[in-house]
Amino acid sequence: MSKLSLRTYTLLQTVTSVGLSAMAWAVTGVRPIWSGSEPSDRQRIYFANHTSHGDFILLSACLSETERAKTHAIAAAEYWGKSRLRRFIAQDMLSSVLISRTWTSEAEHPISIMLSVLDQGHSLIIFPEGTRNTSDELLPFRFGLYNLSMARPDVELIPCWIENMSRVLPKGQFLPVPLLCRVVFGAPVVVGPGEERRAFLQRARAELLALNPRPDRDD
Amino acid sequence: MRHEISILIIGLFVVLSTASVTAGILSMRAPKPLSSTLVNLTQRINAWWVMVALMTVAFFFGRYGMTILFGLISFAALREFVTLTHSRRSDHWVLLGMFGIVIPFQYWLVWTAWYGLFVIFIPVYCFLLMPAITALHGDTERFLERVSAQQWAIMISVYCVSHVPALLTLNVPGFEDRNLLLIAFLIIVVQGSDVLQYIFGKLFGKHRFSPNVSPSKTWEGLIGGLVASSLLGALLAFITPFSPLQASAVAFVACTMGFLGGLVASAIKRDQGVKDWGHLIEGHGGMLDRTDSLVFAAPIFFHIVRYFWTV
Repeated sequence: MSKLSLRTYTLLQTVTSVGLSAMAWAVTGVRPIWSGSEPSDRQRIYFANHTSHGDFILLSACLSETERAKTHAIAAAEYWGKSRLRRFIAQDMLSSVLISRTWTSEAEHPISIMLSVLDQGHSLIIFPEGTRNTSDELLPFRFGLYNLSMARPDVELIPCWIENMSRVLPKGQFLPVPLLCRVVFGAPVVVGPGEERRAFLQRARAELLALNPRPDRDD
Repeated sequence: MRHEISILIIGLFVVLSTASVTAGILSMRAPKPLSSTLVNLTQRINAWWVMVALMTVAFFFGRYGMTILFGLISFAALREFVTLTHSRRSDHWVLLGMFGIVIPFQYWLVWTAWYGLFVIFIPVYCFLLMPAITALHGDTERFLERVSAQQWAIMISVYCVSHVPALLTLNVPGFEDRNLLLIAFLIIVVQGSDVLQYIFGKLFGKHRFSPNVSPSKTWEGLIGGLVASSLLGALLAFITPFSPLQASAVAFVACTMGFLGGLVASAIKRDQGVKDWGHLIEGHGGMLDRTDSLVFAAPIFFHIVRYFWTV
């Protein structure tokens, strides 16, 4: 890329990220609640419950601007790579990283793509349920979280509970209803010595669930 | 009207400065770390400075300022109410309509002073059409609960709140172009009554008024607050079309309604298992925590003025 277009590109991403964060605040009044971890410039993998396209916008709105610039959401190529417009929004405007659920070659392997982002010193936002959840229960986690942590044990895994987004912008809707949202950041989850994959994923899921500030709510 | 407004602003400035200085001295003398009551008191006073500044700015923009300010207050209040109560995926369009259609339309009615539709748009048209839309969606799960929560949400946050700027549409003979002062009177008296009840309650409070609903409300706070705010009303008669005696009576009714508003808001919060409506204002909780008394007082005040003082 030439120097000028690179500058335009960075400008586009900055404007989008500031604009979206401001909009997220105007619509949802989003507030971070640091309960177990603190804002930090450490390399991190934020993992969160997933019910809406707005989820990662809300989560990144809770990070500082410098953090936001080097934190990338992992999105499904099946959805976001479908048309040029979607790809432009996802990759160029939101600087998210697309992975394919039905990868074929080794270069498309989700874990290797995510590791290459981590190797640049950047942080990730992942949704280990693997899809936008429309049920009332948190879905079982995919393996990626465990594999990433085994491959890069020095990167912190931070559970993040995103509140209310399923009501603000449910799957299949385009216009958000303005409701108050909070994002609860929990204590880092670490794979225990000799901890088995399934046991770890269940524990990570339980730690995420435990952050829900209003678990008695049924909507 | 300039004259009255200057007096009000100077008065509020003096009261708030006194409060800030008092809280500052108390904090300096108190043992460290400061008690939560003292920290909360300082936060509240600071928030009052901001709120008074905002109101003053809106005042200078007159009818525009007031309509926009209370439209935004309705937005914040409705957002808190809907966040707290139960809704389902199928309510998405009704909820969107409450924010995107009901608020703008109700405030447009205030702006154009279309009284006939202003008073019935929400209690008649929205009341009937919103549940109809919900029923058309075919989702009957907890139907009455969802529909009632929606009705309450717009009645409290939009209908009642919109009666504050609607005071500007009243035509009181001999009081032309001074209606902004009616808003000032209502807000100062009702919010003042909240503060006075809080102070009397902290100083003399012994007998709980309603331990099940709101443990902080006491008989001593209520009576002291109501008497003092009625006197405050009489004191402010010079900015109103009322005589001092009438002003104290109107203030008494408005503040009693305000007290009941706080009580109902507490009951709703208790039912939903939360302490505050939101986190908008440091030390005060959400928008509805600050406006619950105004919400109940405004429509009654509006209709008292309309019935007895307009032609």
